[in-house]
This record gives sequence, C-alpha cells and structure tokens, in this order.
Amino acid sequence: MTHESSENIIINREPSNELENNWRQYLSFSTDHKVIGVQYMVTTFIFFLIGGLLAMLIRAELITPPSNVVDRPLYNGLFTLHGTIMIFLWIIPFNAGISNYLVPLMVGARDMAFPLLNAISFWMIPPSGILLISSFLLPNGTAQSGWWSYPPISLQIPPGQPINGEFIWIVSIVLIGISSIMGAVNFVTTIFWMRAPGMTFFRMPVFVWSVLSAQLLQLVNLPSLTGALILLLFDLSLGTQFFKPLENGDPIIYQHLFWFYSHPAVYIMALPAFGIFAEVLPAFSRNPLFGYRSLAIASLGIAIVSIFVWVHHMFTSATPSWMRMLFMVTSMLVAVPTGVKAFGWTATIWKSKLHLETPMLFAMGGAAMFLLGGVTGVMLAAVPFDIHVHNTYFIVGHFHYIVFNTITMAIFAAIYFWFPKITGRMYAEGWGKIHFWLTFIGANLTFFPMLPLGLQGMVRRISSYEPRYQGWNIVASLGGFLLGVSILPFIANMVGSCLYGQRASNNPWLATGLEWQTTSPPPRDNFEEIPVVKRPPYDYGDPKYSVIEPPDYHQQENHSR
Amino acid sequence: MWRFLEYLLIAGYIVVLLVVSHWIGDQAYSWMPVEATAEAQKVDRLFSFLTAIGAFIILGLLGMMVYSVLFFRAPKNDYSEGHPSRGDLRLEFLWTVTPTLLVLWLAFQSFNIYQQLDILGLQQIVHLHTPLEEPVYAELSDDQPKPAAETIDVFVKQWDWSFRYPNNITSNELHLPVNRRTRLNLHAKDVLHSFYVPEFRLQQYIVPGRDIDIVVTPTRMGEYQLKDALFSGTYFALMTAKVQIESFEQYNQWLTTAENQTIAWENQAVAEYKQPPKTLFKSNWYTVVPEQPAIAEKRKVRNDT
Repeated sequence: MTHESSENIIINREPSNELENNWRQYLSFSTDHKVIGVQYMVTTFIFFLIGGLLAMLIRAELITPPSNVVDRPLYNGLFTLHGTIMIFLWIIPFNAGISNYLVPLMVGARDMAFPLLNAISFWMIPPSGILLISSFLLPNGTAQSGWWSYPPISLQIPPGQPINGEFIWIVSIVLIGISSIMGAVNFVTTIFWMRAPGMTFFRMPVFVWSVLSAQLLQLVNLPSLTGALILLLFDLSLGTQFFKPLENGDPIIYQHLFWFYSHPAVYIMALPAFGIFAEVLPAFSRNPLFGYRSLAIASLGIAIVSIFVWVHHMFTSATPSWMRMLFMVTSMLVAVPTGVKAFGWTATIWKSKLHLETPMLFAMGGAAMFLLGGVTGVMLAAVPFDIHVHNTYFIVGHFHYIVFNTITMAIFAAIYFWFPKITGRMYAEGWGKIHFWLTFIGANLTFFPMLPLGLQGMVRRISSYEPRYQGWNIVASLGGFLLGVSILPFIANMVGSCLYGQRASNNPWLATGLEWQTTSPPPRDNFEEIPVVKRPPYDYGDPKYSVIEPPDYHQQENHSR
Repeated sequence: MWRFLEYLLIAGYIVVLLVVSHWIGDQAYSWMPVEATAEAQKVDRLFSFLTAIGAFIILGLLGMMVYSVLFFRAPKNDYSEGHPSRGDLRLEFLWTVTPTLLVLWLAFQSFNIYQQLDILGLQQIVHLHTPLEEPVYAELSDDQPKPAAETIDVFVKQWDWSFRYPNNITSNELHLPVNRRTRLNLHAKDVLHSFYVPEFRLQQYIVPGRDIDIVVTPTRMGEYQLKDALFSGTYFALMTAKVQIESFEQYNQWLTTAENQTIAWENQAVAEYKQPPKTLFKSNWYTVVPEQPAIAEKRKVRNDT
C-alpha cells in the first residue's frame, strides 16, 4: 500500500519500456548522476552478496568449536575479505551511490558539479573490487591479516611471490580510496555551489547535511589511510622499514594513521544512514522532523568530534595514560550529537500518524537497533571496560549493530523509499515486509549473541574456540544463515517490481523534498525548470506536501495570514 | 486533566525504568567471567553502572517507539499531520545538555576507576628519540613502573607463550602467587600480540622492540587461560597458555619442582602444522612455519629470547 490513493496508481504489469530501452545505459560510461547512482548501488549490492557469502562460511566454521570447515589460512582470508568488502565495497560506495542519485535532486541541481569525475569515481570501483576478490585465485590466496592489515603481520608474505594477496589488497584499497576522495570533492562542491535558488543551508534536507558531513570527513581523514597504505606497500615490496618493529620502524604509527581514517569511516558510513532516517521517519509519521536545525547541526557535530576519537581503538595498544583519558572523553562526547539525533527521531514519531510501510519498518528497526549499538559504543569508550573486551566478540557485536543493524537497515529503508522514484514503479509491499521481519530477526539472532560471548572473553578472529562458547555461537550462526535467506525475497521483489511493478506516481509517499517534485524516474536534467525553494523542509501537514512554491506563493501566504 | 494524566503516566514509566535498569545493572555482574584480580571487581562495578544507564536510555526510547507503534497508527488514508510542533528549544537544549553532563559524569567515573586499577606498570610508551626531548618525557610521564613483589618475564612469538621466573626457570605455564603484586615484563619476538586473561579484565598489546610492563594482583586461586587477543596469524586460535593462581607456598613449591623436573612442553601450533585437522575446504595457502620453542629444551635461560 502506498500513501497515494489507488486510483492514482497506474496499473501496468507489462515490462517497463524505459527499462527495456535503457538498461544498456547502466553498462555505459554515463555522466548522468542518476545512472551513476544506480551503477554504484547495483555494483555494491553484488559485492554485498559476496561479502555475505563469506560471512556465512565464517559462521559455518564457528558453529562447532574445532576447526573443521575451512583450514586456518583460508579462514583468515575469509574474515579479512569479508570485512574489507563490506566496508570498502558495500557500505561506503553504496552510500556514494544513493547520495549520487539523491543529492543533486534534493538540492535542485541538474547534475553533480563534475559529472566526468563522477563517472571516473564510479568506474574505479568495479575493477578495484574484482581485483580484490580475484586474489582468492592467487597460489597463496588473499590477504590474511584482517581488514586493519596491521604490520608486521601484514608484511609476512610468501617468499618469492611479489604479487601476493596483501599486495593486491593494498592496491585495491588505495584505488577505492582515490575514488572516494574524488567523490568527496564532487559532493562537497555540489552541495556548496549547485543548490537551487532559495535552497539555503537550513532548507536542505538532513540527508544532504549528513552527506556533506560524511564527505568532509572523507576529505580530511582519508588521505591518512591512503598514505599509511602506500608506506605499507613500500615496506611490503620495496624493503623500507616504516612499520617494521625489529628494524627501527614503528607499527604503532600505522595504527594511528589507520584509525585516524578508519574510525571516522564508521561515521562516513553512519551519517548517511542517519540522514535516511531523517527523511523516512517524517514521511511515514506525517510529522515535521522534530528539531530540524539541531539534527542538521548534529551531523556536522558528529563529523567534527569524530576526528578526535581514533585512539579509542588503541587503548590497549601501548598507549599512555594521558592519551587513554583524553580520548576516552572525546569518544564519549560523540554520544551527545548522536543522542540528539536519536531523541529527534523519537520525538518525530511521538504523537504522530504512523504508516508502517516497508521503508518505515526498516527505518524504525534501524533506529531502534542503533540504540544498542550506540550505548555499547559509549561503554567501549570507557577505558577500564574497553581494556577487558577489546578484540573480543563484544566489539564485533557492537560494530555489527552499527554497520548492519543500523546502517544496512537504513540502506534497505532507502532502497524501498526511493525505489518508486528511481524505477518509476512500486515494489511489492508484502514481500518487503517479509524481507524486513526476516532481516530484523536474523540480524538480532546473529549479532546479539556476540555481546555475551565477548563479555565472557571469546576473542575475535579465532577459527576454533573453547566448547563453553558453543551455545551462543550456534544461535549466531543460525541467525547468520537466516540473514542470508532474508536477502532472497528482497532480490525477487526488486527484480520483479522493476519489471512488472505497478507504475508509481511522482510522489507516492506524499513526501516533501525536491526529488518528489519531478517525474518518476526523473528526466535527464532532473527538473523541467530549476525549482525555486521558499519554504522550510519537512513541511508535513501542508496539503501540498511540497517545498516548491507557485509564483504567487507570497500573495497566498499573506492572504492566509 | 489529560495533560496531567499524561505527565503522571510518564513519571510512572520513568520510575519503572529506574527500577528495571537498576536491576539489569545488578544482573550485569553475572554476565562477566569470575573476578580473579582486585582490578576485575572495579571493572565489573563500572560495567554494571554503564549497563544500568544504557538500559535506562535504551528502554526509555524503545518504550516510546513501541508505544508509538501501538497507539499512534494513522487511520487508513489519513495523511494529515500528527502534531504541528517543529521543535522545542527548551526540550532540545535539555536533551543536549543532559547527555553532555551524563557523559562527563561517565568519563569521571571511568577515570576514577582507571586510577584505582593500578595495573599500570605500563611504561615506555612513546619513543621520543631526540636527546633533547627524552628528559622532558621522563619527567612528565605518569606511566612510571609501579612497585611489585614478583617479576615474571613473558615471551611471546608465533605461536607460543613462555614465562621466565625469578629463579630463571622457564615454563609455558603462567604461575602467579595469590594476593601479591606481580610485574609482568612483556616481550614479543615477531609480530604484535596481546596479553589477555578475561578473568583479570586486562588486555595489553605486546609490541616487538618495546618493553611493556603490567602489574597484576591476582585474588582468586584457580586455573585460567591466557589468550592472545590480537590476531597473530595462521595459528592464532591456538595461542593460549595455562594460568595458575596459587598460594605463595604452592607457587614457591612449583618453582622448586620445575627447577628439578623436565615438564612436557607441547606446542599446539607445531602439532597442528605437522598434522592438520580435516576440514571440508582446504586452501593450503602459505603460512609462517611455527617453531618448536628453543627454550623448551633448555630448562634455564639467562638471556632474553
């Protein structure tokens, strides 16, 4: 069911002509931000499936205490590639994809600021990803040192094999990093300079604020990782000694450089998810976003604070007390802007008129799960507690509550929410709800057991464990398999609805936001005419559900007053 | 009238939440392994405190969400606005300032407990190689070695722990006397490792080339397991060692026995390398070959590994 009355839905179960005619554009070097957005989303979803399969193999190994499914080097390769794919080839580039599609539409631009650069950014992703995954075919396999790739273990390579898994891993991540930096330049420029007339900063949707904050973080922090990886590559291949502890190098410096990016990376992934909640929750609760300005500013606040928290990944890592204490306080402070967001979402749905369609289910489910992820995050900022659970499954559980139960749920909310806009067709609501419940139950079954396992001292990245941990591991593995199954109704729904779904109107959710004012799917240049924005965002309750004003708006407004 | 009732209901809900979250905080002790050091009790107290506050926040907001789902559902085809409020400055100020004060309080509590932990023999952290800076560092450092009754050297390499005791006995078991402050000098030979005994609530990375000390005071006799918590390669899962906490007399007795007897020393990684377990998928990818510990054959060792 959609918000629009049934007579507004054009029933058409014939294959979509646009899709049939235009599917080839998605294989082309298009500079249209919408095509690039879809290219990103579909490509990264394929990587998500691969990363998910690796996760299921890991969970299959962990269902019993001994090592009996994969041998230990393969297990190490599996979790290394699982983490790498999910972070660098799924969430971050998917966010780039959905942001690519939406940001120009939301700010009223015809395209991104640098369309050619945009296309180049995308086209670096598939070869980098294929290169990374192809390392499974090398004689000695993939990188095996975890997605952190800490030296000196990452420098232990097969003798006489210059092209090895670690080498491929570094090259892939550097390429993906360059793609992200180019994307960030494009997003920041677009948001600063391409806004439609009247689209002031405080009329921008929170999603755009979130993307702006996340992409500023990419610009500030990503060069640190790229630099660290290039030095690591020199150590690996050219015999330098930047990070070799027994040759005057310092592996702890690598950790600083790595986490200087990779902690903010969590917010680079999470901020767009928070932005998605800010779009979906008001639309389905029919309320204005409560505390819009606070939520917008909180996005920037999260970005700024998160630059100063990286050492909390290193509390046990030969870190002096003053540094432990300083970064404990800064890490805990992230709870303030994120708390503002969580309170804002809750206040938005309080005393509202809820419509529980699939995007809303995913958004509410994701926001609710973020509470557990966020609270465990504050716990981990407390040094004495972190010293106990660091590198245990408690961290894995906390992290997955953020990256899956919050961010991936938000991504699904976004896909369902903007599916009619992107494809011009509606998805099947029933299948969407089945997908939600399977995902919600599966995700909690998979990731909740990791918290007690970690508290009990089960170390992460082990391929065999003591029998006393088996009970919770069985639950987590079965949950993991359920999570794998949950994706099937989603794929069926997306493919089927793309081809045979009901035709969608321009604004099936009666949502505010410029993207809903153009056709579904939007034309090449997004708008017939660049809109002029004169009203605040999230103007729900207004019968027009629109932020575009007719030319005589002021007269009407004055008259009504 | 309705508004008053609403406030009453919210106040009642908060009282229930306080009681429930306090109870959950109490339960949190049982989620942890047994406490085997004086420090562990303090960490558990902090965890219980954090859990209680976390439960209050989670249940509070989740309760509002579930209540909304149950009672604020829109009638079919009703797309009018629920409440017209776009924001409330007082409320937004309150929910910004309250978490700020709360996290500062949490940080203060954590800081206090951290100070009490007394595990920080941790020293030699930041290498400042320039001669000018070294005295300044030495003067300012708050990570000075703490006094301890016993000192044991811990050696770790891929994939083997070994321990050297005051009488130069070397073993692959960590024996600790109960209720005595014991300094552990941690040394890594090849890659990064992490010293972790869950019952101690203590974890510390061991970095090759750096001297890192920690001080522990075991309080509960029994057998525990030392784990390597930082991924250290192929046989990482096998990087465990037995930790025995015993009375000072038993500890001394063990030292004497160990000096006179050869203890069987089986390295799990070596055993598995020689006879790999049967697995469904075999990659046979490269691995660093685990070495039988050299010090195993020699009971007495005088130099560092």
